[in-house]
Amino acid sequence: MKVFGYRLPAMSSLILWGILWEVIGRLGVTFFLPPLSEVLGTLFAIIGTPVFVKALSETAYAFSMGVTASIVIGIPVGILMGKNRLLDELLLPWVNIFLSAPLTALVPVLMVLFGFGMRSIIITTALFAIWIIILNSRAGVMQINRSLVEMAHSFGARPIDALIKIYFWAALPEILGGVRIGVIRAVKGVIIGQLLISIVGFGALFELYSSNFLMSHFWAVLVVLFALAFTIAEFLGYLERRVSYYAAKR
Amino acid sequence: MDMPQTKEEFGTPDTREPDYAVRASGISKSYGDTEALRNLSLDFPRGQLTSILGPSGCGKTTLLKIIAGLLSPNSGEVEVNGKPVTGPGPDRAFVFQDFALLPWASVLRNVAFGLELRRVAKSEREGIAEKYIRDVGLTGFENSYPHELSGGMRQRVGLARALSVDAQVLLMDEPFSAVDEQTRRKFQEDLLSLVQQHNKTFIFVTHSIEEAVYVSDQVAILLPRPSRVSEIIRPTSFRNKGTDGIRRDPEYLDIVDKIWESLRNYVE
Repeated sequence: MKVFGYRLPAMSSLILWGILWEVIGRLGVTFFLPPLSEVLGTLFAIIGTPVFVKALSETAYAFSMGVTASIVIGIPVGILMGKNRLLDELLLPWVNIFLSAPLTALVPVLMVLFGFGMRSIIITTALFAIWIIILNSRAGVMQINRSLVEMAHSFGARPIDALIKIYFWAALPEILGGVRIGVIRAVKGVIIGQLLISIVGFGALFELYSSNFLMSHFWAVLVVLFALAFTIAEFLGYLERRVSYYAAKR
Repeated sequence: MDMPQTKEEFGTPDTREPDYAVRASGISKSYGDTEALRNLSLDFPRGQLTSILGPSGCGKTTLLKIIAGLLSPNSGEVEVNGKPVTGPGPDRAFVFQDFALLPWASVLRNVAFGLELRRVAKSEREGIAEKYIRDVGLTGFENSYPHELSGGMRQRVGLARALSVDAQVLLMDEPFSAVDEQTRRKFQEDLLSLVQQHNKTFIFVTHSIEEAVYVSDQVAILLPRPSRVSEIIRPTSFRNKGTDGIRRDPEYLDIVDKIWESLRNYVE
């Protein structure tokens, strides 16, 4: 966007919202919203503390395990669904159900099945992320140029070669789009898991701060979480743009 | 070979026993209720270029894909070097109408891709690919990507890929239809020298009469509804006149006119 002939950097609207936050905070409308400057001050105060580092590492561990699992399982499943009509008919209803299901309601079931520990949190995270990854990989494969498939076939490609060298790469723009949305959903998943299953990580911090009305602490953790999710999503968006040049030409 | 449809009025018949690289006999193919090919038989002499010419919807590409092993016929059989075709094989290579290049791979990898799928070691296949990149005149573009190339250059990549697997039979599905007219003429000239240099059998699908007559040793005309070989024409006199003389040769012009006469009824 351009203002008075100057090109504004991306996300500069955040500055405007930050100022608005500061003003409302200073007006003292509600204790729930302390000024942004106070939140940032708290953020820098707690960010190096052992409690915070422990929460961050616990969350990062559950998050990365869950996302990795959903990528490693979701992409091949989605590609196979796009390739194989029978598999697609079998699995698609389930994928659609779980994509729109209120997964939070399933968390108690997961606790019964997998216990109250890290394992259930990781599975919750993966459940939030995996369905959109499957759907997008499937969509990417379904609109692949038939010529490429015939080309691989005519040069004697084995099925595994076709899968890795043709289908995966041809569907990559859609796959990355799915992973990006999946990662954002996984952030929700990991926090919900930590709040409902066992009170660890950022979930524990949210619980602690909000029950003690430590609002600037609460917001500080939220800002950190937002920044992390935003950075990962932007990075994936960058990768997506790098491969999008061939999305139209397959 | 008994082929009553064959008309030899444009030249003297070849008295040698013909050696056929590819023979299609009794091919029928339907898609649901649509009959694409009915009981079609056609032989392709070794080391020559045979065009399959016909109006759109006459099953040219279907026939080519059956020969390639990409489609299987409902009945009938294709033999390549005497062996029946059951699927794609290393004795045939395909050049696609829309090039079918990997957009994420460089020219070098695209050209070497056929060999890559055959598990040829990287250094070896890149050596072979570089030779054919040179042959088709794309030296200097080894590390370019398809979207950086013009349509004509992309098809050169597709051609180099088909040549680099060293198949005896090259199947070309309207390879020049997506490139501009000037490039197309250059391609046709290059194709003639390609046929002379390599002792390969070319099967060339096109809907351009001029193109078919210009490049072919044998033109098979397919007519639709149901598709059959209506006639086979073997131009004889202008083959050795060089690339420039052909388009002015009386026999060339006569054949083009004659083919148009038989095809015009099928054009809507």
